[in-house]
Amino acid sequence: MKIDILGVGMTKFGELWEKSVFDLAEEAAKKAIIDSGITAKKIDAVFVANMLASKLDNQDHLGSVVTSSLGLSVPSVRVEGACASGGLAVHQAVLAILSGLYDTVLVVGVEKMTDVSSCEITTSLMGAGSEEERSAGLTFPGLYALMARSHMEKFGTTREHMAAVAVKNHFHASLNDHAHFPFEVSVEKVLRSASISYPFTLFDASPISDGAAALILTRSGIDRGKKSVSITGSAVATDTIGLSQRKNLTSITATKTASEKARNQAGISLSDINVVEVHDCFTIAEIMAMEDLGFCKKGEGGEFIASGHTRLGNRMPVNTSGGLKACGHPVAATGVKQIVEITHQLRANGGDRQVKGAKVGLTHNVGGTGGTVVVHILQT
Amino acid sequence: MTGIVSYGVYIPKSRIKISDIATAGKKDANEVSAGLQVEEKAIASLDEDAATMAAEAGLRALAIGKLDSQKIGAVLVGSESHPYAVKPTATIVGEMIGVSNNYMAADLEFACKAGTAAMQFIWALVASKKINYGLAIGSDVAQASPGDILEYTASSAAAAYILGKKNVIAEIVDFVSFTSNTPDFWRRDQQAFPSHAGRFTGEAAYFRHVIGASKMLLGKIKKDPSSFTHVVFHMPNAKFPKTVAKRLGFSKEQIAAGFVVDKIGNPYSASSLIGLASVLDIAKSGDTIFFCSYGSGAGADAFYFRVTKEIERYQKRITSTVRQQIENKAYVDYSFLAKCALNKQCL
Repeated sequence: MKIDILGVGMTKFGELWEKSVFDLAEEAAKKAIIDSGITAKKIDAVFVANMLASKLDNQDHLGSVVTSSLGLSVPSVRVEGACASGGLAVHQAVLAILSGLYDTVLVVGVEKMTDVSSCEITTSLMGAGSEEERSAGLTFPGLYALMARSHMEKFGTTREHMAAVAVKNHFHASLNDHAHFPFEVSVEKVLRSASISYPFTLFDASPISDGAAALILTRSGIDRGKKSVSITGSAVATDTIGLSQRKNLTSITATKTASEKARNQAGISLSDINVVEVHDCFTIAEIMAMEDLGFCKKGEGGEFIASGHTRLGNRMPVNTSGGLKACGHPVAATGVKQIVEITHQLRANGGDRQVKGAKVGLTHNVGGTGGTVVVHILQT
Repeated sequence: MTGIVSYGVYIPKSRIKISDIATAGKKDANEVSAGLQVEEKAIASLDEDAATMAAEAGLRALAIGKLDSQKIGAVLVGSESHPYAVKPTATIVGEMIGVSNNYMAADLEFACKAGTAAMQFIWALVASKKINYGLAIGSDVAQASPGDILEYTASSAAAAYILGKKNVIAEIVDFVSFTSNTPDFWRRDQQAFPSHAGRFTGEAAYFRHVIGASKMLLGKIKKDPSSFTHVVFHMPNAKFPKTVAKRLGFSKEQIAAGFVVDKIGNPYSASSLIGLASVLDIAKSGDTIFFCSYGSGAGADAFYFRVTKEIERYQKRITSTVRQQIENKAYVDYSFLAKCALNKQCL
């Protein structure tokens, strides 16, 4: 497959008190439209990724909300897959173009999370887990902490390994004007910060952020006169909604399945990949992602990251945006933001975060504890 | 000139350590104390309330100012814990401090800035020569829901300021207010404890209004932050006033004299006024004070004070400074705090 990315745009991620979910979606969409060089009238369909507006803003029917904010009346639909909503919306857009029915499609991922208390947001996010997990009183920090403890016991992964993920991603975010936390942290700071669910401290967890990101995708072959970046692989896999039904707690099987499929679609191997955005909702998630995507052996993810292989300037930078941890995680915007970041990298537009000579990128977007995983491959 | 003629502060004797509250809530005491940077807070006894503390502070202001209570032409009491929804605290205080019947009185509410709002209105009555002396008080037995983050800092105290035109110790040179309808913190009638909007109370509420009012006043009086001798901000915790001071361009040295939250917590309407009193306890003739309160809901009152030569004579009469009252303490444990909360719910 080859779907061209014509335009990208995103808002700042952070505590955006002055902006509503409507403002954020419109801002990102308009930025992507401007970047694309086309007028909004050329858009044939819209896919809106969002998880929480229904619960937190009493706003369903986001498809109509977004098209009307742009003065359009084209087909538009909301896509939801928990934290994988963004990646899923991109996948739906790819399918829509591949179907031949639409040429040019807008994807917007948006989330407004900071208008409610931490208790309310934590409860709402558990919509991504199972009924059994909710009844047991689990929350996402607890679920990923279970995975972390299992990984520590089985493979000797340490808290320092996990802290190294946060340190690297904060370093990357310090170079990103759009990041929620554009500053560096030390391993010491991560280890000493407030405990949230052993072994995690506050700095092992991605924050509650507001933000939106958007893409204009188009059928390949339409000459727009600019260096294009294309989606050449788009794959989704699912697994059980709850952790207790999984085969093991140290792997997200859907990551392996989706990434193999995506690489096969794109016709590339692991060694072709220059830059990656993975779903580091918690530091352990990036360690497992490195293993499940195949960049290192199972159980060696911690050491792989701590040794610096995935830091900017080294072999294969991961999460140059700052990842979920430091760029921020407005849930449904994340999967779209990952594509925005890789697009900038492949356009050689990454500024201080530029990975030299990047030609092939991968994005990895996870819903819940791995109930859904979406992997995209991008190439110049 | 119109300004402060005398002031009085009442800080209750009982103290509870923030670490004891944390331990009672099964939290890491060191982590909580380090995060909030508050060591302990003052709490009213079971037989004290906003009215009794206001009267104590008022009596002290009269005594140190050597003023005749009969000359007080107005009493305004600002609080978010008035004992009654209907029955003014101001008249209870007026009676207790011995005013005549010839005075204006009312209660004010504007969260933590009700006391400074009182000061603005008393200034207007004095400056217009409607009255010779007026009493503005901020007094609170601040409530917080057990287990809520506010429980660590909500405290009790009162501060009273008598304004007039004779023997002024600190001129009120100018003041402004920055006000909006921002619902960051509220308590419905008949609710025992307040509710708040979490992190929204920071940037969107406290910082927006304090910075708004401060910049408005600095622009109006055409002075640079560095030109002031002292600065006092409302102190809901230890971080906010330090952060806002830095962002506005004030130094650590300027904020030091009026910084009291680490030792007494946040007594809501009395917070910034006690900070001001702490500065006045040690100020010198000619010192300038930049001051900004904050009240949720929301608004900030920024003042510019200039200390006069009268301060030296006044300071010799002070029997108990703010710092001395801070040190005059007896520790209680969490069971006492819980009893106070229960007491409030049973009223």
